[in-house]
Amino acid sequence: MPGLTGRMSTIVKAKVSKVLDRAEDPAETLDYSYTKQLELLQNVKKGIADVVTSKKRLQLQEAQMQQQIVKLDTQARQALAANREDLARMALERKQGVQTELQGLDTQIGELEDQQQKLIESESAMRSKLEAFRTKKEVIKAQYSAAEAQVRISEAATGVGEQMADVGLAMQRALDKTENMKARASAVGELEASGTFEDLTQLGPGKDDIDRQLEAIGAGGAVDDELAKMKAEIGSGAPAQGALEAPAADGAAPAAEPVEGEGEAASQ
Amino acid sequence: MIVRIFSDGQYRVPADVHERLHELDNETLSAVDAGDEAAFKSTYAELIELIHANGERLADDDLVPSDLMLPPADISLEEARSEFTGEGLLPD
Repeated sequence: MPGLTGRMSTIVKAKVSKVLDRAEDPAETLDYSYTKQLELLQNVKKGIADVVTSKKRLQLQEAQMQQQIVKLDTQARQALAANREDLARMALERKQGVQTELQGLDTQIGELEDQQQKLIESESAMRSKLEAFRTKKEVIKAQYSAAEAQVRISEAATGVGEQMADVGLAMQRALDKTENMKARASAVGELEASGTFEDLTQLGPGKDDIDRQLEAIGAGGAVDDELAKMKAEIGSGAPAQGALEAPAADGAAPAAEPVEGEGEAASQ
Repeated sequence: MIVRIFSDGQYRVPADVHERLHELDNETLSAVDAGDEAAFKSTYAELIELIHANGERLADDDLVPSDLMLPPADISLEEARSEFTGEGLLPD
């Protein structure tokens, strides 16, 4: 049988009959495939739990990236307010980078969710088939001759075997996807840790170069403010000294001039 | 004919769509062999759609073996290739 389905069918049938051929009589076929299927169902349960755990971890990482976007956005605004367009641009460029990563992650999480859903459905179909198989076996045994029973049971076992291959593939794909995403997540984590997102600095975690430059602006502003304040205090002290020499009545008028003068000096 | 779509279910497909099904099946395989992702996706989607539109879905507790088996509808070209080149996805 040519075609894609032909190739798929050939592989699945070979795998199923490999499993079924290990038993020699119908009852054994049943017992053997039933045991195999129960084992598989246990594995599937574990597989689903693994997928869910990985998905949660990735969603956590997604949340961290979203926080990073907010932070970079705030930094850009602060930089712009401080007339540092260069810094603002840098912050926005990084924000773009993180956003791209985030979108990729989002798509992958969506795909993982789909595969998880399919895995759960395959597992449920597997349970139904297994239950039907158990019932059918008794009916076949009661109604047919040994030779015919063998044919019918192996047919039914093939039906279940296919479902087994189906759930097996669904599990494999979900786990492969999980592994890919784990690898991707740790790659992104390493990039952040090694400072690729902060490539212009050699700073410890938590602070990047944009933070540092904004702090420098902030610190500079604070120094200027303090300086102005000190000058204003000294300025307002001058008329107090003058007041000792001059009579209180006309001391207020000359005191206004040096304060204004100090203020102008501070703002220059 | 009974067709199983992996990660989906089994369908009883009437004889009058067999020919179209085989055509699409061969086209899909050509796309896989040629490594043509776009052609693969569109042809395979059409094949799945043909079965969904014309087939009658069997119950989950039906034990009938399938005549034809199809990879999951969302399979990638890369997966379709690895499926058939020894590094198969199907567990033993």
